[in-house]
Amino acid sequence: MSLSHAFFAIIRRDLVLALRRRSEIANPLLFFILVITLFPLGIGAQPNLLQAIAPGIIWVSALLAAMLSLDSLFRSDFDDGSLEQILLSPHPASILVLGKIIAHWLVTGLPLLIVAPLLAIFLGMPTHSLGILLLTLLLGTPVLSLIGAIGVALTVGLRRGGMILSLLVLPLYVPVLIFASNAVDMASSGLPINAQINILISILFMALVLAPWPTAAALKMSIN
Amino acid sequence: METKPTHLLQGSQLSCIRDDRILFEGLDFTLQAGQVLLLEGKNGSGKTSLLRILCGFREPDAGEVFWCGGAINDSQYYADMAYVGHLDGVKKELTVMENLKVSLALGQSGQYSIQQGLTKVHLADYDDVLVQALSAGQKRRLSLARLLITKNIVWILDEPFTSLDKQGIALIETLMFEHCASGGMIVLTSHHDIDLHGVDVQRINLS
Repeated sequence: MSLSHAFFAIIRRDLVLALRRRSEIANPLLFFILVITLFPLGIGAQPNLLQAIAPGIIWVSALLAAMLSLDSLFRSDFDDGSLEQILLSPHPASILVLGKIIAHWLVTGLPLLIVAPLLAIFLGMPTHSLGILLLTLLLGTPVLSLIGAIGVALTVGLRRGGMILSLLVLPLYVPVLIFASNAVDMASSGLPINAQINILISILFMALVLAPWPTAAALKMSIN
Repeated sequence: METKPTHLLQGSQLSCIRDDRILFEGLDFTLQAGQVLLLEGKNGSGKTSLLRILCGFREPDAGEVFWCGGAINDSQYYADMAYVGHLDGVKKELTVMENLKVSLALGQSGQYSIQQGLTKVHLADYDDVLVQALSAGQKRRLSLARLLITKNIVWILDEPFTSLDKQGIALIETLMFEHCASGGMIVLTSHHDIDLHGVDVQRINLS
């Protein structure tokens, strides 16, 4: 069978699995919604303050939701031996792993994009910056899945890898957080944001090309 | 006339050290088409470690494994081998058919179609059953069905008879016999004594 056939078979398989498990989709999404709705309750009715910190709140929540969902990326495949079979395939492991990451983003990242505009309005964000918020999430959340995959691949073999995973992955998430929330902030004040968007695009393409290899290599190390 | 390529799996001076303990060292073997290599030894003697070295999951601490004269870390070897380990490697939330379709997509189509493979391992009526509803023995037979539906020459089996009943064991032995008769080769570990008439069985005792 051809490589593209294997690639799409992996994506299909992971989507079917996510649909049958459901909690995998629901958990990060619920977390994202809960955190954002708790902020106005904690801060109180100060529309100007909320509006000012809305991009930050949404992006930090998206980042934490992504972190929360990372462990499910390779955990069950590692536990039931499917990962061994994937790595034994004659096809390049990095491409198959990329398929898994894409499926993971479709299941955990894409739902955030769908609810984000609603939550942004809830925080009083000006409507003209909603498009930019969606654009930054569209460019940024796949990066979170791609970079996170390297960290999970390194820690999936450890009994308690959660703590190390956060320490490994969070610093690498910071550039995305800075450029994305800054872009939304600037857009709210009507300033140009080409630079930030271009940087996010370049980060996305770099991660897309560079992340699958170390992920595949780390998985091979982990199943040792 | 095209001559049939001769397949050869060789291990040369292999050793494995785990936690400062030497499991085995200076191990040599040569396995030709139609032969079986049976690894024996007590628990913890390094049988599974050796199998995982042959799969490329582990680097041997010394020595090398060759497939047809070349190193095993190229994709030709992976196109020619199949592994069934301790873990079944099937997803319990997927049906029998869905699992095998994924396995087929990851490899190349082999001797049998999925339906024929399932008939061979006596799971023909289970194709749309979720794997979590299968018994341990049925799961094992399902993971062995993977060997039949993908193209491969070397089978690497870690305790293939675990959780199988008498008929199951006899069935796997028949499949192994057929595989060897058609020019395949098998490396396996087993506590059971295998019963393969007319097949050249090499034994390595690791204890």
